[in-house]
Amino acid sequence: MKRILKNRLFWPVLALVALIVINTIARPSFISITVQGGQLYGPLIDILRNSAPLMLVALGMTIVIATRGIDLSVGAVMAVSGAVALTIIEGSSDPNGLGTVLVAIVVGVLVALVLGVWNGFLVAVVGIQPIIATLVLMLAGRGIALLITGGFITTINSEPYKFMAQGYVLGLPFALYVSMAAVVVVALLERRTALGVLTEAVGINPEASRLAGVRSRGIIWGAYAASGLLAGLAGILYSSNIMAADANAAGLYIELDAILAVVLGGTSLMGGKFSLAGTVVGVFTIQTLKSTITFLGVPPAVSPLFLAIVVVIVVLVQSPRLRSVLARASQALRPRNSSPQGGSEVAS
Amino acid sequence: MTAAPAQPAIVEMRGITIQFPGVKALDGVDFVLRSGEVHTLMGENGAGKSTLIKALTGVYPIDGGTITVAGEQRVFRGTADAQAAGISTVYQEVNLCTNLSVGENVMLGHEVRRAGLIDWKATHREAARHLTNLGLDIDTRSALSTHSIAIQQLVAISRAMVGEARVLVLDEPTSSLDRSEVEQLFAVMRDVRDRGVAILFVTHFLDQVYEISDRLTVLRNGMLVGEYPAAELPRGELISLMIGRELDELDALSRSAAREIDRDAAPVLEASDLGRKGVLEPADVSVYDGEVVGFAGLLGSGRTELARLLYGADRADSGSTQVRGTPARITTPRHAIDQRIAFSSEDRRAEGIIGDLSVAENIVLGIQAKRGWLRKVGRAEQAALVDEYIAALGVRPADPNRLIKNLSGGNQQKVLLARWLATAPQLIILDEPTRGIDVGAKADIQRKVAELAAQGMSVVFISSELEEVLRLAHRVVVMRDRRKIGELTSHDIEVGDLVDFIADGALESPENVA
Repeated sequence: MKRILKNRLFWPVLALVALIVINTIARPSFISITVQGGQLYGPLIDILRNSAPLMLVALGMTIVIATRGIDLSVGAVMAVSGAVALTIIEGSSDPNGLGTVLVAIVVGVLVALVLGVWNGFLVAVVGIQPIIATLVLMLAGRGIALLITGGFITTINSEPYKFMAQGYVLGLPFALYVSMAAVVVVALLERRTALGVLTEAVGINPEASRLAGVRSRGIIWGAYAASGLLAGLAGILYSSNIMAADANAAGLYIELDAILAVVLGGTSLMGGKFSLAGTVVGVFTIQTLKSTITFLGVPPAVSPLFLAIVVVIVVLVQSPRLRSVLARASQALRPRNSSPQGGSEVAS
Repeated sequence: MTAAPAQPAIVEMRGITIQFPGVKALDGVDFVLRSGEVHTLMGENGAGKSTLIKALTGVYPIDGGTITVAGEQRVFRGTADAQAAGISTVYQEVNLCTNLSVGENVMLGHEVRRAGLIDWKATHREAARHLTNLGLDIDTRSALSTHSIAIQQLVAISRAMVGEARVLVLDEPTSSLDRSEVEQLFAVMRDVRDRGVAILFVTHFLDQVYEISDRLTVLRNGMLVGEYPAAELPRGELISLMIGRELDELDALSRSAAREIDRDAAPVLEASDLGRKGVLEPADVSVYDGEVVGFAGLLGSGRTELARLLYGADRADSGSTQVRGTPARITTPRHAIDQRIAFSSEDRRAEGIIGDLSVAENIVLGIQAKRGWLRKVGRAEQAALVDEYIAALGVRPADPNRLIKNLSGGNQQKVLLARWLATAPQLIILDEPTRGIDVGAKADIQRKVAELAAQGMSVVFISSELEEVLRLAHRVVVMRDRRKIGELTSHDIEVGDLVDFIADGALESPENVA
């Protein structure tokens, strides 16, 4: 029991489970999954599907945060990659051709990669503070996207492109495969090579890492490049979902959700140790929360407040400081109350 | 030696215990401070001096024991509590506001007020009065930053006197002062003492200990060795009390260091005119195979700066370096590592350990960085490597998965040494590898250094403890005021000679190659 409690993932998972339980109590249909024509449907499936863009962005954000950085430009990069891909498809003679769509996706993602490399250049080479460096693109990116689409919301009809976000494979949404593949690739890259531990070293103590010979510039640069690339892919999924490139709405505020997911997953904003599994749990938690809002019928006007309150509770539950304070308080109370009051577990 | 035992104890610390993760920093230490005495706290680095001071000044909460000030038992929850009890501290790095004026600093929090507003004229007058009391003639309206560290410390003492301190703690105030500044400080200290203030003094300079102290308390390994009147404790005895068993063990070492070094072949590393504006005047240094070269000098003498330039941790703006006779450009740590040169910084915490990583990860980091991220040190290889070095260097606890930040300083240092040794360097630069670590670990590291050199590795060894440098080094580069002032072959040098050399910048010996 103690080992489970000590596991870094215990509290994030507990928060997620608690959310699902609350939803289910409120409306039991929350966990119902139905099969229609060999495809799975249900609120939980929707959460898995809709979380894909956030998952991609949050993975990149995790690596960037591990280096003591932050990437505010992810939402804008999503807008750019969607704009690029849709403009290519719109301009092509064969919008339904698989080749066209593949080219559009690859080019869209590559442009996002270039933007990530630009961020990395500003941070790792020029030495600008990450929050400022990525703020540049956060503001400029949507302008670039608008420039690409000529100021309009580009809409297309392309079955293969639509498949990205809305298709099904083996009963599950294709978008889920994309996000899970990204999780696996990033995890392999970070943990099966030495990239993860070197990234953590740079994040924990940049100067000591430099003196130990770690090529921290390359590692930091790579983190921003990866974040850009993943945000680009997220932009493809997003635009595929609505089949439109909306430069102003695509990925709006997703950087905040991503940062939140990373933190909920137990990775510190101070950099250093990071947990990809924690981020995955964090993303599902946020997506579940968003579903909760619609599912419970929280009025749109108060939904940000609702979100904020739940997040505060979740973060508090995870705070080791608060837990130790509560533990001490319950200990201090014990001698006075001759009858001990059971476990002092505090859950949301 | 004016303090009579009859003087009342102003501070009584009994059975003080402070526990840090992995190490007991203080173990049941008693310490008594009497009014009107200068009481010097002695002990090697890591003996627990600064921990005891931090317990007295409320920086660290104590895990056991009692602190009684003027007959009243106190619990310090912070430095403010200690200050309220009349305990004032002057740190090595002055804790004043350098951008304020001298007068403002002296009177901070005690400004003369009239109708609720500060009367600056009266405040400065009052500040001047306090300064004059201590024999200081300083313009109270000048900015503190325009004065030397020595003056800033005296201002800090004045400030403590304004606050009616009963106890004055001076933690290594003399480490960066020159001789006349020390004289001035001592004059002020005597004056303050004669007014009945108890002074707790810490220094590393033995001469100063005997010049100013009435009484000594010796700590070793976090435990009390004893309290002695300064007049009754001969120097040699004091040193052996401080270092204990170490002395005998290391005598054997010094003989092994007397080995002859072959200086006919090209040096492993040779730097000529290596310097950087405002940091270090151009200097020549060479290190030969199997040689231990010591850098001696006071803090800020340029010894660390020279080491950093050699390693490329800082970029030199003059000079050139050669590795085994071939010109080599070393402007970043990577360049040095590619030449199989390693460097362990004096600031273990900020520039050495990766605190939140495990011992194993810290050891492997050097090799891993060298190989690049794609070729990960495999699990089996890592385990073998880590076990080997933990055993070879005696890292305690011998748990590769423990976070390094939870190890004691000495064991962190061993892990850092392991990190570099694993990369098989031909030259290793160790900047203060024994600072702030316990005696056992210190002897281990010294032994390891001698052993490595005997096996043919070249070592640059930097330490503020001249004995240690002389014991290990074949040659000593002497630094002063950011300048290399000479080079000595260390067989027949005594610590006293070296001290004189550093102090006067000259030696009447023909070995002076400067």
